[in-house]
Amino acid sequence: MPVSERVDRLRQRSLESPSTLSIERAQLTTKFYKQDTGPVSAPIRRALAFKYLMEHKTVYIGDDELIVGEKGHAPRAAPTYPEICCHSLEDLDILESRDNVSFQVSPESREVQEQTIIPFWRGKTIRDLIFQEMAPQWKAAYEAGVFTEFMEQRSPGHTALDGKIYRKGMVDFKGDIRQSLDDLDFLNDAEAYDKQEQLRAMDICADALIHFAQRHAKKAQGLALEESDPRRKAELERIAQTCSHVPAHAPRDLWEALQYYWFVHLGVTTELNPWDAFSPGRLDQHLYPFYVQGLEVGTLTLSQAEELLQCLWIKFNNQPAPPKVGVTAAESNTYNDFAQINLGGLRGDGSHGVNDVTYLILDVVEEMRLLQPSSSVHVSKKSPDRFLKRAAEVIRAGFGQPSVFNSDVVVQEMLRVGKSILDARDGGTSGCVETGAFGKENYNLSGYLNMPKVLEITLNGGVDLRTGRSVGLQTGDPTQFGSFEELFAAYNRQLNHFVEIKVRGNNVIERLYAKYLPVPFLSLLIDDCIARGRDYHDGGARYNTTYIQGVGIGTMADALTAIRWHAFDRQALSMEELLAMLRDDFRGHERLLQMLLNKTPKYGNDDDYADDLMVAVFDAYFDAIDGRKNMRGGRYHVNLLPTTVHVYFGSVVGATPDGRKAGKPLSEGVSPVQGADRRGPTAVIKSVAKMDHVRTGGTLLNQKFSPQLLGDEESLDKFVSLIRTYFKLDGHHVQFNVVDARTLRAAQEHPEEHRDLIVRVAGYSDYFCDIGRALQDEIIARTEHQVF
Amino acid sequence: MAKGIVFDIKRFAIHDGPGIRTTVFLKGCPLRCQWCHNPEGQAPRPELVVRGNRCIGCGACLAACPSSAISMDGNLTVTDRRLCTACGACVEVCYSETRELAGQEMTVDELVAEIERDQAFYDESGGGVTFSGGEPLLQPGFLLAVLKSCANRGIHSALDTCGSGEWDELDMIRKHTDLFLYDLKLMDDSRHRELTGVSNQAILENLQSLSQAGHDIRLRVPVIPGTNDDADNMGRIGAFAAALPALHRVDLLAYHDTAIDKYRRLNMNYPLDEVRSASAQRMNELAQVIRGFGLTVTIGG
Ligand code: SF4
Ligand code: SF4
Repeated sequence: MPVSERVDRLRQRSLESPSTLSIERAQLTTKFYKQDTGPVSAPIRRALAFKYLMEHKTVYIGDDELIVGEKGHAPRAAPTYPEICCHSLEDLDILESRDNVSFQVSPESREVQEQTIIPFWRGKTIRDLIFQEMAPQWKAAYEAGVFTEFMEQRSPGHTALDGKIYRKGMVDFKGDIRQSLDDLDFLNDAEAYDKQEQLRAMDICADALIHFAQRHAKKAQGLALEESDPRRKAELERIAQTCSHVPAHAPRDLWEALQYYWFVHLGVTTELNPWDAFSPGRLDQHLYPFYVQGLEVGTLTLSQAEELLQCLWIKFNNQPAPPKVGVTAAESNTYNDFAQINLGGLRGDGSHGVNDVTYLILDVVEEMRLLQPSSSVHVSKKSPDRFLKRAAEVIRAGFGQPSVFNSDVVVQEMLRVGKSILDARDGGTSGCVETGAFGKENYNLSGYLNMPKVLEITLNGGVDLRTGRSVGLQTGDPTQFGSFEELFAAYNRQLNHFVEIKVRGNNVIERLYAKYLPVPFLSLLIDDCIARGRDYHDGGARYNTTYIQGVGIGTMADALTAIRWHAFDRQALSMEELLAMLRDDFRGHERLLQMLLNKTPKYGNDDDYADDLMVAVFDAYFDAIDGRKNMRGGRYHVNLLPTTVHVYFGSVVGATPDGRKAGKPLSEGVSPVQGADRRGPTAVIKSVAKMDHVRTGGTLLNQKFSPQLLGDEESLDKFVSLIRTYFKLDGHHVQFNVVDARTLRAAQEHPEEHRDLIVRVAGYSDYFCDIGRALQDEIIARTEHQVF
Repeated sequence: MAKGIVFDIKRFAIHDGPGIRTTVFLKGCPLRCQWCHNPEGQAPRPELVVRGNRCIGCGACLAACPSSAISMDGNLTVTDRRLCTACGACVEVCYSETRELAGQEMTVDELVAEIERDQAFYDESGGGVTFSGGEPLLQPGFLLAVLKSCANRGIHSALDTCGSGEWDELDMIRKHTDLFLYDLKLMDDSRHRELTGVSNQAILENLQSLSQAGHDIRLRVPVIPGTNDDADNMGRIGAFAAALPALHRVDLLAYHDTAIDKYRRLNMNYPLDEVRSASAQRMNELAQVIRGFGLTVTIGG
């Protein structure tokens, strides 16, 4: 269906508006904090801050809009969160001047930042607190690039919503809160008072969101009065009606359902800046009843449904990710804020979830071609082929969406860690590839861990080659190891050492959020925060996971393979020689470099020699992390995804034994090293599936296909079979770039002609011309599977 | 156990029969088609392939060659093909992959193990293995053993053949082959001799016999502009195919000159100069000619 003129205009506006920094939230928050609120508990203070924002932030209703509300004061204006991270003036300079993912900062905003925000918040942000609290060992490892810390600029998020808001209004949530308050046991429960504070805070937030919606209703009413075009006037009146009904009450039709979700989204992302923004999760499941009912009673047409969805898509795209700086910008440098719409999947009763709205949303994804929101198809063995085939057609259009997930494995992953079958089937993936029980889990990603860096430190007796600082354990002189097993054991000790530093750090940071920045609004949306009277940050959720994301497993597998094959098995090279080559970054060792590159087994070719070492690296990583306790009553688990961190991590790792030169990107996700997989996609899939994905909370596999490979119907069927086979082998996720290297190179040379070229980076897509040169080169270097 | 000479194995082959397949290229061919895109498949024995652009000039191959066939010309190596025995000694020491052997000896078990690696994909997609070359029928004993072994494992097999060979051998092979991809190039015998080096008589007879025996056959017709793309030739192909005892699908494959580099690596001359691929429109016209005989025609696949 062609896009309506309205949607076309909205889309153009969203695409053409530059990203700006919106100072309003910082200003209002500072104003609020400057008031004397008296002695109030942290949750109440945060609730009052939220209320203040909802009462005072700009209400924006743009021309043509059907779904209303913006996070900033206008579309594509990104607010800041000084209570978490207060940008310095230098930060603002960087934000404005950097080549990629820049933000315009108006002179007025800069002045406010200088005069008001910085003087008030400097030294008092959670970021300051985190760096104060971290041990010297933690800082040394962080600075060396052994790991990153997600929570230093953004609050824990990584969660998606379930279906509860489509059944309950804020008024109903207030009823639940009342019930929990009534049930408090002040005679026996030592925490009764704390719970009361938390519940009262949630109640304040529920009212605040209703108020925010009513301000939109009022504004729409006002605009309707002034409007001369009768059609638009009617629309504005409808918007006013919608905003006075939701979110106070449960939605009655599709329009109200979408608008309700959007207010909730704005609420969550205004309260704090949680990672992965926020996501409606299984949107096709949630909307289906409204869609069917609307068509049945005749209040909805197919094209209206489509247009409303398109309007929501534009809303997502209007929200660039919060402006990030420093390491966090390096690890996740994109405007994309990772809201991920799940399609298909399984229903609570175990049947597959594909319905008419699923296909409608796939149409919307294809027509809109926007960075945000991300979309994913969740394929079970029960899903019809047509679903996967339709998704393949959209993938063929070549803008990196949707990504493809294995619902059966996602459910197994959740069952393994003790979630109920119903909650597991109700869940899915969010962010890039992270598994979670939607609406019931705080699954916090805490940072990336640089496995090749740990190996490098092991090979250098605990010293970081780049800085000469001793950052790790002394695990023995690598030239003296009598066997490969000894070397691997040393790596394993080093890994556990860093994991413990990381976990200890996380456990403090999670408490800092629980104590100082609770999120009463988000809490009221996630089970069982209301029932438990506890904050989302403080173990209120039914399930509480902390993930540490391993990076560079392909590089690790190939590096260890090279060591084992050449230094131990064949003894073609001594450890001394190998280490000397690495120190020299292979300069003067051209022939041996060629040997490492070409005459060494490589992960990704269905060769057990290399693949077994990938499995060993995975098992070591899993054993080092899985099952450790976090501070919310939950456990640590692993997943393997990179966002853009493989470029940053690569920049701090010297030459590696697989023939990778110093500073070059690491392998990404669970994909083989770029260019090392030479036997086609089936061999890659076989290799990657040797890892036990069920024991992770998500893995990311990137594949690059030349467009001809998906040329006709028959090849499309084969493509579908390829994915089905990966899933039969228990793969978690796969995503595709269907664009040839020639096009990408042309875009590098003439970015002005390729502004709209979208590529899959990691678990998300980005404009090719918006990503850094190193990442561009890395994507070009990924093996392109050709037609045979 | 019989050993075969294999010069390539390609996984995820999606244009060599139904489903996802592994295509095994067996070395040696009785034809010398001027447009051959696998020149390394022609000679029956292993051959040295040299990709000059990868050479780093390390000189290791010079020292390794027992036949003194290699010399240095500036930074690049020159190999005297008359002295080279394709022993592979230089390949071992050439880390840059400049030097490779086209053609490796493999046992039946080794090859079947390779084929089996993608069985999960065959099962899912209705795919299997395709034997191509070269001409697989030139290694009949080996081929037969591999086909039987695949059949035992439930792996669907296709044979991409030029059809030139003894019927006795083909008769033995066919009983273990699920699908034939049968190449048909030129109907005029003198033209056929001129451009491929052999007569097409046995080819046409064998095709007749296979069809008679009820085999599933896809006819594969390469379209080489200026050589066989005239309406007359296509018409005769159509008429012949339509007259076969069973009705078969015809695949028209557009010729591409992607093999020029391969010839250079083998120090061979590329016989066809400056041939452009047929346009999509021309391919359609030719397909129409054959469809005129009531046949199903696909283009490209
Ligand atoms: S294959 Fe053997 S004979 Fe031929 S060039 Fe190499 S080493 Fe010399
Ligand atoms: S061994 Fe290989 S890289 Fe070295 S000179 Fe010979 S051909 Fe060139």
